[in-house]
Amino acid sequence: MENEKHHIVPYLTHIMVLLGLIVLTVITVLITSVELGAYNTTAALIIASLKGAVVLLYFMHLKFDHKIYWVMVSIVIAIFAAVIVVTFFDYLYR
Amino acid sequence: MTDFNNSHKEPNYLEYRGKYKGILGWITSTDHKRIGLLYFYSMMFFFLAGVVMGLLMKYELISPGEQIMGAQTYNGLFTLHGLTMIFLFVIPGVAAVFGNFFLPILIGAKDVSFPRLNLMSWYLYIIGAIVVLISQFIGDGPPDTGWTFYAPYSLKTNTNVVAAVTGAFILGFSSILTGLNFIVTMHRLRAPGMGWLRMPLFGWALYGTGWIQLLATPVVGITFLMVIAERLLGIGFFDPAIGGDPILYQHLFWIYSHPAVYIMILPAMGAITEIIPTFARKTIFGYTAIVISSMAIAFVGYFVWGHHMFTSGMSSTSRWVFSLLTFLVAIPSAIKVFNWTATLYKSSINLQTPFYWAIAFVFVFMIGGFSGLVLGSLATDIHVHDTAFVVAHFHYIVFGGTGFAFFGALHYWFPKMFAKVYNFKVANIGLIVFFIGFNMLYFPMFYLGLMGMPRRYYDYLPMFHSANILSTVGSWIMATGLLIIIINLIRARKGSGKEIDDPWDGKTLEWTIPSPPIVENFEQIPEVKHGPYEY
Repeated sequence: MENEKHHIVPYLTHIMVLLGLIVLTVITVLITSVELGAYNTTAALIIASLKGAVVLLYFMHLKFDHKIYWVMVSIVIAIFAAVIVVTFFDYLYR
Repeated sequence: MTDFNNSHKEPNYLEYRGKYKGILGWITSTDHKRIGLLYFYSMMFFFLAGVVMGLLMKYELISPGEQIMGAQTYNGLFTLHGLTMIFLFVIPGVAAVFGNFFLPILIGAKDVSFPRLNLMSWYLYIIGAIVVLISQFIGDGPPDTGWTFYAPYSLKTNTNVVAAVTGAFILGFSSILTGLNFIVTMHRLRAPGMGWLRMPLFGWALYGTGWIQLLATPVVGITFLMVIAERLLGIGFFDPAIGGDPILYQHLFWIYSHPAVYIMILPAMGAITEIIPTFARKTIFGYTAIVISSMAIAFVGYFVWGHHMFTSGMSSTSRWVFSLLTFLVAIPSAIKVFNWTATLYKSSINLQTPFYWAIAFVFVFMIGGFSGLVLGSLATDIHVHDTAFVVAHFHYIVFGGTGFAFFGALHYWFPKMFAKVYNFKVANIGLIVFFIGFNMLYFPMFYLGLMGMPRRYYDYLPMFHSANILSTVGSWIMATGLLIIIINLIRARKGSGKEIDDPWDGKTLEWTIPSPPIVENFEQIPEVKHGPYEY
């Protein structure tokens, strides 16, 4: 515990992250008007994943935390992504 | 294994008197050992209730036609039997009882990382159980969907599905919090000198299980909420009549419920891995291989859920992908079996009751595992899907696997938990009767399934009569064995026999402390200098 560093994130960073999340939300809405077929869902999931990553990195301080948490979160996200990909084997080829 | 010396100065966890006395002293205690016993007693209550339901169903099937119940009662009974046995017994299972009791001791800790969260997990378990039970008595009757709550039937039936899935949702939280607690405990509280590769293998099994509980359970939680939302608000998630997809329900349900099989079986395998070296008087063969296989089962187990859906209308590409992945998950399971048997090679086997349970586990688990390959193969699955074959396979794995390991672990650790020994001869007779009854009950179902008898029906064609009689008589023999086992343990627990610390000469940390363990397990945290199975 004594090795942990306290990192204070500047307000500007928080505001930039908030703006980024709003922009990505707008893109999520706009992309539904483009006809991409099954890839509309893929696009929405990629954007949602980007938003999730930004929240994890900045709001939840993963960027400034110990590397072991990076490893754990990365494995979890990889498993989650793989579960979605395997599920889509059904939807894309049914 | 360690350099420390414990004496009997401090009160043990059974004698300890805290702020409250009696039952209040137990249900407000954050001692991991007491919480383990709270789980044990409540789970045994639900297990025995589930056994009675099973016996009633088998009695109904002794002859074609209606015996003691009609179709609707039978549907309600197999649903409640499944809910009780799955969510209230085997999912918490070995981990909630023996994991809670022994994990901190095995890694040289005083308690789990979050003791109050641990107690809250048990409260959630009890609240969830009560809600499931309430679902039987309110509304328009007990749910009749089976424990799987398959849509769209679960959206359309008038029975009380909402309360039952709410109960299962709450039980999921209990499971998540226990998994989280165990993972953090193993990361943070291992004794000095206990590196990851010096941790007892039961700990590794619980570590893999913890990650499955943490990652897979939320999926079914959300799915159950979607069922509730669809029933109450008419949102079209799963009902094709309003734009939903019923196969999506099956995907979401099995994304959790197949890994849940590994939540049940991994701790059971871990307990067997503790028993075998103790009675073989030999270091476990292939420690690292068992560690890797535990984690591989946990990992690959995430990606095999589709084998429950081969006949549901899923795409053919998905079918072969899931079939391939299913065959892959058999490899780490087989590695464990090879390691257990290799441990016995040239060992000095001490034939005692827990060892017999471990060997019986390997036998029935192998039958369950091999019959799983029949179901994992696309061509053969189409023939036996939704027949009694599936019921036989499932019970060989879940009851034969987790159930046998649960009773094996109970006979192994009973002297440590209560400082009493049971009558070995009676325990062995109980096991033999139970083992014969178990095989007589479930093995005929393989034959019945291959002959085409569908599962989940209260009636059947006369051609299935003889095998059903054998199966029902088997259920009576198994129940007799169970009764002998339980009475023997109750007599030992209540008996005033000589207190004993370690009847097995075990080498892991729990056998180095007095029985029953003191409140904080160790007067001085041990320093670990070598691996857990040094014989």
